[in-house]
Amino acid sequence: MTLWRLLLIPALALLLGALALGLRHDPKQIPSPLVGKPLPAIAGQTLDGAPVDLAKAGQGGPMLINVWASWCESCAVEHPVVVAAARQFGDRVAFIGLNYRDKRELGEAWLAQRGNAYRWSFFDPEGRAGIELGVYGVPETFFVAADGTLLAKHVGPLDADSLRGYLKTLFGVS
Amino acid sequence: MALLLLVPLVPLVRADVVAEDPQQRQMLEIAEKLRCAVCQNQSVAESNAELAQDMRRIIAEQLAAGKSEAQVIDYFRARYGDFVLMRPPRQGSGAPLWWAPWAILAVAGGGAFIYLRKRLRDQGDS
Repeated sequence: MTLWRLLLIPALALLLGALALGLRHDPKQIPSPLVGKPLPAIAGQTLDGAPVDLAKAGQGGPMLINVWASWCESCAVEHPVVVAAARQFGDRVAFIGLNYRDKRELGEAWLAQRGNAYRWSFFDPEGRAGIELGVYGVPETFFVAADGTLLAKHVGPLDADSLRGYLKTLFGVS
Repeated sequence: MALLLLVPLVPLVRADVVAEDPQQRQMLEIAEKLRCAVCQNQSVAESNAELAQDMRRIIAEQLAAGKSEAQVIDYFRARYGDFVLMRPPRQGSGAPLWWAPWAILAVAGGGAFIYLRKRLRDQGDS
């Protein structure tokens, strides 16, 4: 009887612990299996129509790929933060946009109205580059090392502090 | 007159059903095994989210290019992780989901068995 009780308590604690862990886990945050791996080559064109490979956009330096769209409301909230960071760090980190499932004119108008934070934006009207990168929501931001390895992915809008944090810890830029 | 007009329509409708595209069916079979990442509890086949539409198009393109079902599923798994599989994998991250119920059943069942046998024995003694 006592042995049975002794076993029951840790078993129940384990079960409750697992449940608590499960409840704290945010199902909207899907870990990316691409983190730690080199970015796949993604050939296409910029919003301006120039041919590019998204994976080589850093040109030997660190880069940030910010997924945005004119229809995305959180992108409009996030954008001033990205514009300010690009002004401050844009010479050391390549700020690249990924215009996701958008129309060219709408994307261009959006940038004209809100300021263009990016060296250029990859034009992805069919969401192909998005799937290559495992994009499932907008905005998303990918941090890529100088050697092309994906270091981290942020889902949802960035605020100024978290963006600074990423740039400092991942790229040593501040 | 109306009857005469109706008659030729019947075989036409039937022909439409028979001429189902087998590649379309295979695409939907794969889409049923993949989770729509934005809608969480729907498969790519069921969801009408834009991402699911894009994924269905890419499945169809890859099948047309001669890829196997396993290759198509691996393509999405490499980009979205095990999360994208509707049935959690038996190895790796999904493994506890498969063995935990049996482990709980074994512990609870074993405990109940020991407890009941002891109670029965105690009753027999008194």
